[in-house]
Parts: sequence; structure tokens; C-alpha cells
Amino acid sequence: MFYMKADTLISVKTVTMIPGDGIGPEISAAVMKIFEAAKAPITWEERNVTAIKGPGGRWMIPPDAKESMDRSKIGLKGPLKTPIAAGHPSMNLLLRKTFDLYANVRPCVSIEGYKTPYTDVNLVTIRENTEGEYSGIEHMIVDGVVQSIKLITENASRRIAEYAFEYARNNKRTSVTAVHKANIMRMSDGLFLRKCREVAENYKDIKFTEMYLDTVCLNMVQDPTQFDVLVMPNLYGDILSDLCAGLIGGLGVTPSGNIGANGVAIFESVHGTAPDIAGMDLANPTALLLSAVMMLRHMGLHDHADKIQTACFDTIRDKKVLTKDLGGSAKCSEFTAEICRRVQDLG
Amino acid sequence: TPFETCWQLRGTLASVCRKNNKLKATAPPARYGGRHTVTLIPGDGIGPELAKHVCELFRFCCVPVDFEVVNVDSTKTSEDDINNAIMAIRRNGVALKGNIETNHNLPPSHKSRNTLCLCSSSSLQYHSGSVRQCDAQPVPARSEDAPQKHRHHNNQGKHGGVPGVVECLKIITRTKSLRIADYAFRTAREKGRRRVTAIHKANIMKLGDGLFLECCKEVASGYPEITFNSMIVDNTTMQLVSRPQQFDVMVMPNLYGNVVSNVCAGLVGGPGLVPGANYGENYAVFETGTRNTGKSIANKNTANPTAMLLASCLLLDHLKLHGYASMIRKAILSTITDSQLHTADLGGKGSTSEMVQSIMDMTVRLHLSL
Repeated sequence: MFYMKADTLISVKTVTMIPGDGIGPEISAAVMKIFEAAKAPITWEERNVTAIKGPGGRWMIPPDAKESMDRSKIGLKGPLKTPIAAGHPSMNLLLRKTFDLYANVRPCVSIEGYKTPYTDVNLVTIRENTEGEYSGIEHMIVDGVVQSIKLITENASRRIAEYAFEYARNNKRTSVTAVHKANIMRMSDGLFLRKCREVAENYKDIKFTEMYLDTVCLNMVQDPTQFDVLVMPNLYGDILSDLCAGLIGGLGVTPSGNIGANGVAIFESVHGTAPDIAGMDLANPTALLLSAVMMLRHMGLHDHADKIQTACFDTIRDKKVLTKDLGGSAKCSEFTAEICRRVQDLG
Repeated sequence: TPFETCWQLRGTLASVCRKNNKLKATAPPARYGGRHTVTLIPGDGIGPELAKHVCELFRFCCVPVDFEVVNVDSTKTSEDDINNAIMAIRRNGVALKGNIETNHNLPPSHKSRNTLCLCSSSSLQYHSGSVRQCDAQPVPARSEDAPQKHRHHNNQGKHGGVPGVVECLKIITRTKSLRIADYAFRTAREKGRRRVTAIHKANIMKLGDGLFLECCKEVASGYPEITFNSMIVDNTTMQLVSRPQQFDVMVMPNLYGNVVSNVCAGLVGGPGLVPGANYGENYAVFETGTRNTGKSIANKNTANPTAMLLASCLLLDHLKLHGYASMIRKAILSTITDSQLHTADLGGKGSTSEMVQSIMDMTVRLHLSL
């Protein structure tokens, strides 16, 4: 008699992989290797997103990349370089607009073994990614006077608040804090705050608080353990998410995810392309790996996510095989191999 | 030790200020037998009790300053209170102020009292905003900090202005950007600082912050002995929590200044330690470095008086009463090293009044040893 084991029926999911530039290709390869060692049910479709001019002269991402993303709905992206005079807008911006990636999520968890002055950090910043101060609308009114417009809309504010509370519920977080400056920007941040309060009514199981941006900054650097999930408009999110990344060790170890409408999600490493070490097998794949772990959780594949994360953190905690930026002298491939070994040991 | 370094810095500060009278707003001359009159706005929360301690300390040390107290009731929607305060500041030219609470649930017509008090360009013409001096203190802080100063631009800011869609205008002008950059570089030179960093987000706000950055670069060219660099604000906060020692003087527009000065205050030990100053062409207002009312600890005798007392020393320096400023500052800084006296925000159990008493005792000792 033969029995069909339940796990042979798990369907393999397709993920669009965007390796990126600089160290992008090598860290992407590292992640794919580790996923293979973990037997994660993922197949990768590699795509390039360098902007091309579409019909009508508008810049767009290559159609095969868009088609892949529309189909798979999930993407993993390495660092993209922002060309200065190439004529086309930032690739990150283009991706954001193409897929309406409205929420930027950054979980910041202290990494045991990578010591910073802050321990036990465990918070998540959720940043509205489509409007606010980054509307891109600026005018020179008269010579020497510039006006930049910060746009806050009811819909975008409600959407991000809803996402924040859903995320908190799904990830068993206890509180959501709205970060704002409504004492000064009474109308814009006031609108944002009102929407957050409205949404909070539907999530009575989650504690909702409000805090001024400057108070958050002041308290964050003294005691980050008091924060859980933070939701905020674009600019504050930009500043705070980087501040929090700094608390746990910087962009080289921080994961990030962008959630879009229609179920699309792109997870990415937020560090630069590091052209000075590209191709030299020196890069640290941790940020991209942790983003990939975030992706697995988003897809419901928690067992694989836990396994890979544990292997990664154990490797860093042991300090025997670390890349240069983590204080060691190992190569990227050695670091990757060590994580693969641990993943396999974890069964 | 950090304490000694910061102490030496203070010494230099005092002597340079004496030589260069033109560089800051000149304090009004003392009237009535060499005594100055200063507007005192106690504010909300812990403001009133701290204001009392300042008066107590000044009386004890025989500082030739008389305070004209103006209360601002933040619960009232009428602006009469704050207009009286502004008139008093205008009359005396100098003020010491506690934080005034803003009820942000009131409609936009109810403006923030702190802002009105400091920034009403039509009434008081402030320009160079806050100077937050975050010195290395011998107090448990997250990181070994090098002395830093920040300026930010108080006048320009954001204003509100369609149901469901709100547009908020951020205005940056060449005139004011040049003015703040000029202030930053002048003060850096005056105080022997070596680097000025402009904080911005010009990669996104290309025109607005781009203009600010351009103005800073223009002014920098006139100060070849001072290194000038720039940094994007999000990177700045990341750098501040990992390596704050790389910063010296930082200059930036309003909102970033709010963020950065709060991050720095947190790094050196919190809102109870850092003083702030707002300088204009004709007026100066001194307050704590971060604007917190401390509502939850009001009237419990647990607030840390250091920030407000150091702000009053900045006030004394502005009035050219350097002897008194020096002595009180020395007393405060040496009292802080005694961890038995630390208030709750520093992890101790001391009370505000014990700390103030200790500072007063120390001034006697310092005076006798002179």
C-alpha cells in the first residue's frame, strides 16, 4: 500500500524575482540558494525592471515584468540604482505607481548577536506610501519662493489605517500608534488622525494611541520597547522607518515590504547597490533574506519562514561566519553556505 | 571626561560672546539701576512649578532680573492671552517660556500658542530658530555624544488649507534660508565649531529643499575654514542613533529641526536636560529644548528642572550677565553628577525641590571659592 503524504500536495508558488543592480544579483542568488536548501515551495521568475519608453512616450516598466507580477502577485526585489540624468523617474517610484503600493511595512527587531545600543526592539513601522509630502507637486511662486504641496486624502488615510490594524491583528500585535503633527498641521494631519480613529472603532481588540512625531522621536531613542505598530503619513514614515532601522543595526539587516492594491506585494532590501563591492562576493544578503522571510509569512508559509529566520539569526549570533559589515571576514558565499547548512539541520 | 570638555566649551562660549557683541540680537540695556525686566510665561503642565524655581534661584543668587509674569490660558479659544504675552515680550525684548499645550482637536482657526508666541512674523520677526545645545552630560545616556547644536527655521512652516482632500503648503524662501544658514555659520565660527551639516530631503522635494540646500552652499562659500556637508534627513536620523559623534552643527528647515532636535535630546538623556533658545533680530525667547508640557507629572515635584534652569542661563548670557550665568551653570552641571539627586526621568528618585536646593547650595560654595 502506498500513502500519499499530505505535503506533496502543497502547491508551488511563483514569485517574481527582481535581482537589481550592484550587489543585487549576488544577494538574490544567495537567497534563492537558501530557499532551495529549505525546500521552500517557491519558483522564481527573474525579471528586469529598467524603465522603457512605452507608446505615447510615457516611461513604464517592461511589459514582461508587469505581466509576471500581475500573475504572481508577489515580488522580491534587490537594490535598484537611481540614475541621475537618465531622463526617467526613479525605478522605485515607477514600481510604486504601477502597482499602487500604498503601504510600506518595516518590522524592526533587534538581532541577537549584532549588538547595538538598543536591545529588545520589536516594532513595525507602517508608512503611507502614495501621497503626503511626496506628492511631487512643487512650484516656484516668484523667484526665491518655493511652495511644496503635501496632500492628504481621506481614502489613502483610511486605507493605510485599515492595513495597519489588519496587520496588527494578523500578526498578533497589541497596539497601533498613529504618529502625527496635528497640533501644527491641523487640517492635513487632522484628517489622517480622524480616519485612524474611525478605523480603530472596528478593531476594539487592538489598543489605539496617538502621539506627536517629535514625542515619538524623543521616546524612541530613549526606550524603543514602548512601541509596537506605528502608522503614519509618508514623510514621517520615511524618517521614522530609517530611525528604527538604525536602532537595530542599519539598512543592511532591515527587511521591508510594500503592499499594493489587488493583492500585490513586493518585498525588498532597502540598502543601496554598493557598487564598490559588487561582484566581489563580499555582500551581506541578510536584508534581502529577511525581506524574503517577510514574504513567506505574507504567503502563509510560516514554517519555512521560521526555519530560515532561525538559521539566519543563529548564524549571526554564533559570530563564526559573518560578512565584513557584520564584523567578520567571511565571504557572501560562505555566509550563505553556513545558513543553508543550518536550515538543512533544522530539517 | 565629557563633563570637563563641556565645561571648557562653556568657558570659551562665555568669553567669545563678550568680544563679539554684534553677532546676536543685542539685549536691551538694563534700566532702573542695572536691573533687567524679562517676560516670564509659565505655560502648562510642569511649566508653572519650574518657573517658580527659576525665580527662586535668581532671587537667591541676587541676579539683577525682574520677571514680568504673563499667564496664557491654553484652554481659552480667544487669543487675548497670547496677544498680551506677545506685547510683553515686545516690551521687554526677552522672555523665558514654558510649553503651552495645543488642543489639536480644535479647528484650525485655533492656532498653536507656542507657534504664535514665537513665529508670528507679523508681530515679532523671529528668524533664527531654536538653538538646542545638546552637550555631553555625565548622566546615563545611550551614547557618548559630542557637543552638537541645531538650528531650525521657526518662521516658515506648514499651513492647512476641500473635504476628503487636504493640501498643506510648505513654503521655503531664499531670504529666510539664507538668513538661517548665515546664522548657523556665524555662530559656528564664533564658537570655534568645525563643521556645518545641512539636513534636507532635496532628492524628493527638489525645488523646496533644493533651494534651501543651495542657500546653505552659497553661505558656506564665505566660510572656508568651516567644513560644509549635507545629508538627507532619513539617513541623518539613522546616523544619529548609531554614530552621533560625526555631527557638529546642523542646520535645517522647520520640520526636520523638530525631529532632529528631539532625537538628539533623547540621545543625551531626555527632555529634562536640554535647553533651547530662539533668537531674532530684536527679541529672544528661551525655553526647554523639546516642547513637552509634562502634564502627567505636573505638580508632583518630580520634574527635572535642569532644562529650564540651563535655559535661564542662556537667558543670562544673552543679557550679558555672564558671571551669574557661569556660576549657575557650573552649579547645575556639578549637581547633575550626583546620582542621588537624579529625578525620575534619569532613573532616580530625587525631587525637583531637592535638586534646586542643591544647586543653590552649590552656588554658595562656588561663590565663596571665587
